[in-house]
Amino acid sequence: MNIIISNSSNTPIYEQIKEQIKNKIVSNELKTGELLPSIRSLAKDLRISVITTKSAYEELEREGYVETIPGKGTYVANKNIELIREEQLQKIENLIDTAVSIAKISNISKQEIQNIIEILYEEEN
Amino acid sequence: MILEVKNLNKKYKDFQLKNVNLSLPKGMIMGLIGENGAGKTTTIKAILNIINTDSGEIKIFGLDNKKEEKKIKQDIGVVLDDSFLSEYLNPMDINKIMKNFYQNWDEKLYFKYIEEFKLPKNKISKDYSSGMKMKLKIAVALSHHPKLLILDEPTSGLDPVARNEILDIFQDFIQDEEHAILVSSHITSDLEHIADYITFINNGEIVLTKTKDELLDRYGIVKCSEQEFKKINKADYLKYKKNRYEYEILVENKNEFKRKYDIQIIDKPTIEDIMLIYIKGEK
Repeated sequence: MNIIISNSSNTPIYEQIKEQIKNKIVSNELKTGELLPSIRSLAKDLRISVITTKSAYEELEREGYVETIPGKGTYVANKNIELIREEQLQKIENLIDTAVSIAKISNISKQEIQNIIEILYEEEN
Repeated sequence: MILEVKNLNKKYKDFQLKNVNLSLPKGMIMGLIGENGAGKTTTIKAILNIINTDSGEIKIFGLDNKKEEKKIKQDIGVVLDDSFLSEYLNPMDINKIMKNFYQNWDEKLYFKYIEEFKLPKNKISKDYSSGMKMKLKIAVALSHHPKLLILDEPTSGLDPVARNEILDIFQDFIQDEEHAILVSSHITSDLEHIADYITFINNGEIVLTKTKDELLDRYGIVKCSEQEFKKINKADYLKYKKNRYEYEILVENKNEFKRKYDIQIIDKPTIEDIMLIYIKGEK
């Protein structure tokens, strides 16, 4: 598993860790039930404070991505794949909503937006 | 709390510790920072009951550091600047001495460290490099299974590679969450990575003691012109420093400050920045 931290970034380190682990859960690189490294070993390997990794895990737990079993460790939570999908769809909808509003103001047709999406999709592949 | 210092006072002719308070939870690393002569070593010596204090209470593992000194010391590993071990001893000799000193002295563990740190067993430590000397002191400090490690300036005078290796040793040590480390340093970049708490002592007084994340993620350094500076409310910053071409202002919560004022440049501080503005700045 790669976790890449930038010390010069304005995003707090715990947030960088949280986002990266979250992305790995969403993309299924980290699978349900998988054991995450302990906060202490992760802190050591990333050469950061224990408090930082602890905050990252706590936030992930609060958002339902992971589960901590005292004395055992932190695992990727299981119920969430559907919920995460839901969340991602919501995000997409909001972004497209913004795009549509801009289009309407500037008289850009639905067809043109669809074309843009098609092109972007192709590029990704 | 593995270590608690409450209202510690100690007056010397030309220097005094004033109401020093600090507490270190187990499983954590606390960096004690400050310029030379700020009181770091005096504080550490008071904690270890090497010097007398005028007033205050110090508890280690919940026990009074004077009354229970003997018991406490069995569980503390110490690295001080002035080594109590002669430089004319080699690691083999040191082992023989320490065996009598600590009930829990673990010969096997000691030689494991000596090997790991690549220290020549039959060479007297006088002929070691400074990095090797420090690693030897740390090996000695770790080999009776201490729960608390107290180190005074362990990385000063070492090159980046050796410093890095020592930070690794610290992080290995706190893999056991019953352990904790108090480490003083004026090389703040070392602590910027691994410390959980930063306690900053200036002129015998604790200026701040906080989690490192709070310092680095919340504090900010605003840079602005004189005109802009004049519009800022005194209550909204901690200290400022007037430079030739700009004002540097230390603020406790950069996001709040951003909402209140229309100033473009707010940098994420390093611990060194914070220390410098505190020492050199005005209010």
